[in-house]
Amino acid sequence: MNTRDEQWRVDLRAKIKAKDRTNLTRVQMPELDAEYRSHIRNEEVNLGLTPAQAMAEAQRCLDCVNPTCMEGCPVSIKIPDFIKFIETGEFLEAAKVLKMTSALPAVCGRVCPQERQCEEKCIHVKMKKESVAIGHLERFAADFERESGQISVPATAPANGIKIAVVGSGPAGLAFAGDMAKLGYEVVVFEALHEIGGVLKYGIPEFRLPNKIVDVEIDNLKAMGVTFINNCIIGKTIAIQELEENGYKGIFVASGAGLPRFMNIKGENLVGVMSSNEYLTRVNLMDAANPESDTPVYKGKKVAVIGGGNTAMDSVRTARRLGAEKAIIVYRRSEEEMPARLEEVKHAKEEGIEFLTLHNPIEYIGNETGRVTQMVLQLMELGEPDASGRRSPVEIPGKTRIVDVDEVIVSVGVSPNPLIKQSVPELETTKWGTLVVNQDTMQSVSLPIIFAGGDIVRGGATVILAMGDGRRAAKAMDEWIKNKS
Amino acid sequence: MNKIISKEYFSANVVKFTVDAPLIAKARRAGHFVIVRVGEKGERIPLTIADADISKGTITLVVQRMGVSSTKLCALEAGDYITDLVGPLGKATHIENFGTVVCACGGVGTAPMMPIVAALKKAGNKVITVIAARTKDLVILEEQMRENSDEVIVMTDDGSYGNKGLVTNGVEAVIQREKVDLCVTIGPAIMMKFVSLLTKKYDIPTVASLNTIMVDGTGMCGACRVTIGGKTKFVCVDGPEFDAHQVDFDEMLMRLGGYKDQEKEEMERKILHTK
Repeated sequence: MNTRDEQWRVDLRAKIKAKDRTNLTRVQMPELDAEYRSHIRNEEVNLGLTPAQAMAEAQRCLDCVNPTCMEGCPVSIKIPDFIKFIETGEFLEAAKVLKMTSALPAVCGRVCPQERQCEEKCIHVKMKKESVAIGHLERFAADFERESGQISVPATAPANGIKIAVVGSGPAGLAFAGDMAKLGYEVVVFEALHEIGGVLKYGIPEFRLPNKIVDVEIDNLKAMGVTFINNCIIGKTIAIQELEENGYKGIFVASGAGLPRFMNIKGENLVGVMSSNEYLTRVNLMDAANPESDTPVYKGKKVAVIGGGNTAMDSVRTARRLGAEKAIIVYRRSEEEMPARLEEVKHAKEEGIEFLTLHNPIEYIGNETGRVTQMVLQLMELGEPDASGRRSPVEIPGKTRIVDVDEVIVSVGVSPNPLIKQSVPELETTKWGTLVVNQDTMQSVSLPIIFAGGDIVRGGATVILAMGDGRRAAKAMDEWIKNKS
Repeated sequence: MNKIISKEYFSANVVKFTVDAPLIAKARRAGHFVIVRVGEKGERIPLTIADADISKGTITLVVQRMGVSSTKLCALEAGDYITDLVGPLGKATHIENFGTVVCACGGVGTAPMMPIVAALKKAGNKVITVIAARTKDLVILEEQMRENSDEVIVMTDDGSYGNKGLVTNGVEAVIQREKVDLCVTIGPAIMMKFVSLLTKKYDIPTVASLNTIMVDGTGMCGACRVTIGGKTKFVCVDGPEFDAHQVDFDEMLMRLGGYKDQEKEEMERKILHTK
C-alpha cells in the first residue's frame, strides 16, 4: 500500500483543510545576527528550526496526490512521507525516510539549492505562494536524529567478501560507499588529503556546514564497515592496475574537480591573487586563520571575489569574517543569473558584502613587491541567451573602472582532476577532461571496472548531484558484478 | 602516520631522514616529490624525494631548517612519526641517453638531484655534477655524487672547499671545455635563474626542478602556479620540472616571497620565542 493511503495519513490530511494549510505563512529560519556573525568564523549562520516551528511548517505541506516536489529532487527523496512524520512529531521516523534515499540528509538540508529543485516544484509556488521549506525540514529531521543519540545505522546485507575501491571521500564517494556497504560489499575509500570528506571539509565553510556534521556521517559509514584510507592517491601512490591486481572487483572514481580555472588575464599571478580552492582550503582544511595553525593566509582589507556561485559566496563571506572592511563580489552577469543559492546571496548581503554585478576583471595591477593593489573592471550588459540559457554578458566598449583591492579570489569554476587520466591514459575523457561514462549506469565506456561520478564526470556540480551519481553507480556496479559471476 | 627510521645531520641545519613509506618507495621515480605535514596544526609542505629503498620500504628526505614547518620537521627524531606523508607527486624526470649532461645543484637542492644523477648515469650519459654551497660545511652528498657521476666539481662561495665561486662558474667552465647536451638544475630559485641565463647564452637545453609554495600538491589549489613560456602552469601536476629557458623566474621569486612577513612573524612567535 502506498504510504499516503495509510489511515493515519488520511486522518492527518483531514485534520486541516488544504485551503487553510495554503494560507499558513512559511517559517523563517532562525539565524545568527548578521553583524555578530560577520566577525565570527566558526559559528553556523542558520540555527535550525525548533520542533514547534518544524511541526508548524510541516502543516503547510498539502500531501499532494502527485508530489511534484519529488520530481525536483535528484535522489527522489520521499518528501511528503518525511514531512508528514514531522507534522505528527515522529521526527526519528522522518529521518528514517530521508535515509532511505539520501546518504547525507543533514548535509543536503544545508547545501542543496532547494529553490531550484524540490521547492521550485512545490504546489505552493504554482499558487503564487512561498513553497514549503523542504530544505529546512530536511535539516531539522536529520539534526534531530543526530542530536537524539538514537542515530540509526542502516542495516547491511551479510558480507559477500567482494572488495570495492572508492577514489575520493567527497559526497559522491560517501554516497556510493554507503550503498555498497548496505549491499554487503567490502568497501575501501581512498582519500588524497589528510582529512576525510572532500569538498565538504576543504571547500564548504564551517559557518555553512559544520565539520562535526560531516564527521557523524563518516562515523556512520565506518559503523557500517566502510574503511577509509587517507593520504593515498590512486593513480600515484597506488595505480588503478594495482587495485585490480589486489583483488578489487570494482572501482568508483569520485576524485572531484581538481584544477581551479583562472581567466588568463594580465596580473593574475600577482601575490594576493588566488583561486577560491586555495583560499578555502587554507582556511577550512588547514585552519589557517587560527594563530596556532602553521599555514598562513592573507587577511585582506579590500577583498574582491570573482564569480557568482556558491564557492564565490563562501569565499567572500569568509574574507569578511577574516576582517575584510570591503568584501566585494564581482560578477559578469546580473544577480538574476547568479548560480549561487538564494539563501547564500541573502546572507552575504546581510553581512555587508557588496555586489558589483555586470563587471568583469580584465587586469590586475600590483606594486613593486608584486602584491596586487588594483583591479581593472570591464562594464558589461546582458545580451542574447547563451548555451546555458542565461543571457550572455557583453562588454560595453570603452567602459572600464579601476577598484582598489589588496586580495583577489578567483572563483570562476574548476576543471576535473587530471591525476586519474594521467595514470590510466586509456580512460576515455571529453575535451574538458571529464570521464566519459554511461549516463544511466555511470560505468566508464572504455574500462568497465571503472565507474565514476560527481565533478570528475560533471566538471562542477552540486553535492546532491554528486550523491545521486554515487547512488546510481552503486546500483549499477552491483548488477554488473552479479551478472559477471 | 609514517615512522622515521633514521636521522642524520648533514650540517647544523640540514637533516637527512629515512622514513617508512613502502607504497611511495615502490611507486616513486626520480624527480617525484611528497607532501609532508607535522602535527595537527601543521602546514602541508612539498619535499622532493632524495632516494628510496624498495626492499626496506623507505624513502629519503633531506630537509633544510628554514621556517616554522621545516624546523618542526627537523626536530623529529628516529622513532617519531610524521603526521601525514603523501605521494609520490608530480611528473617523473624524463630520463634518456642525451650524451653529456651537467647537473648543477645548490644547497639542499643537491639531495633531490641525487636520484636524477643516478638515473642519468644508468641511462648511459656522461654526467658532470656541479655542487655549490656557501661554505665547506654545507657541501652535502659529495661521496654519493662521485659514485654516480663521471666528474664532480665542488664550488663554494668563500673558497673554503673545492673551487671558489658560484655554481654558474663551475657550469661555464665545463661548457667552455666540452660539448654539453643537457643541463639539469635544482636549487634556490635565484640560482636556477642564473644557471638558466647562462645556458641560454650557450643554447644548451636546460631543465629546472621548481620548488614553489603548495597546499594540496594534487592540482587542486593553484598556489604553485608559475608562468612557463607565457602560459600559467601548475608545478604540482604539470611539473615540477620545466624547460628552464621558458620559466619566468622573476615572477616565481616574487610569489615565493608572498608570505614572507607572515612566515617571519610565525617563526618569531612559535620557534624563537619559545627557546
